[in-house]
Amino acid sequence: MNLETIAIILGGLTIGSALMVIISKHPVRSVLYLVLTFFMISANYILMNAQFIAIVNIIVYAGAIMVLFLFVLMLLNLSRENEPKSSIMVKLGAVIAGGTLFTVFIAALKDGVAVAATTATDADSIGLVENLGHLLFTKYVLPFEVSSVLFIAAMVGAVLLAKREKQIIE
Amino acid sequence: MVLATIFQSGVSIEFYIVLSTILFVIGMIGVMVRRNAIILLMCIELMLNAVNLLMVAFSTYFGQADGQIFVFFIMVVAAAEATVGLSILVMAYRNLRTTDVSIFNKLKG
Repeated sequence: MNLETIAIILGGLTIGSALMVIISKHPVRSVLYLVLTFFMISANYILMNAQFIAIVNIIVYAGAIMVLFLFVLMLLNLSRENEPKSSIMVKLGAVIAGGTLFTVFIAALKDGVAVAATTATDADSIGLVENLGHLLFTKYVLPFEVSSVLFIAAMVGAVLLAKREKQIIE
Repeated sequence: MVLATIFQSGVSIEFYIVLSTILFVIGMIGVMVRRNAIILLMCIELMLNAVNLLMVAFSTYFGQADGQIFVFFIMVVAAAEATVGLSILVMAYRNLRTTDVSIFNKLKG
């Protein structure tokens, strides 16, 4: 079994689980299929020798963000019965619009890559923690620090928005 | 032992262009079809992941690590966006008792 076969099987599984996210009616099932999609995408990263991004993808997306989604779903107590449904015309229009966008993207990108793949022998080590960490703390140290400000703003905003307002009793 | 990258052993970059375009389009169709606001946020995450996949593919293809740093920053922004979006959603549910986006039409003229 060569790498190409593995890549094609993995790509098919990724597309299948992503389709199940938008097909399945129950919101909790959608979340679980999205977690599966993230694991598949992480497997794709490992296939491309991007080990650090693969692990961070599992920890941040599948571990943190999707658990947050799941908590909110449990909090809101949604079920299959009160899941809003859209009409068949909206579905048809969405699929046609998506197919058109796909065609345009493929037509624009199919001849886009004129540069051959790198032939450097150390190309397999660029995704390792050592290399990425060095780059993150030298060339990209300013965006790294600014992102902490973004997190503070997001945290304060989330707490402020989700806080229950005090009931005013006349 | 020298490991070759996946692109040196036969897989073309066009495969990953097609794969991530399909994932992006699936996310976009989901945003248009579903009316549950939580599923909408999840489809946005799916679209961001499609872009991440293409960035990592090109980063490996060209042998430069900058693309993977940008994937890292996209994950940072996605995490912040998900927290704020979900807290807005919880607040809207508390007031309107629904997550149907077609109910959220107070800004419509």
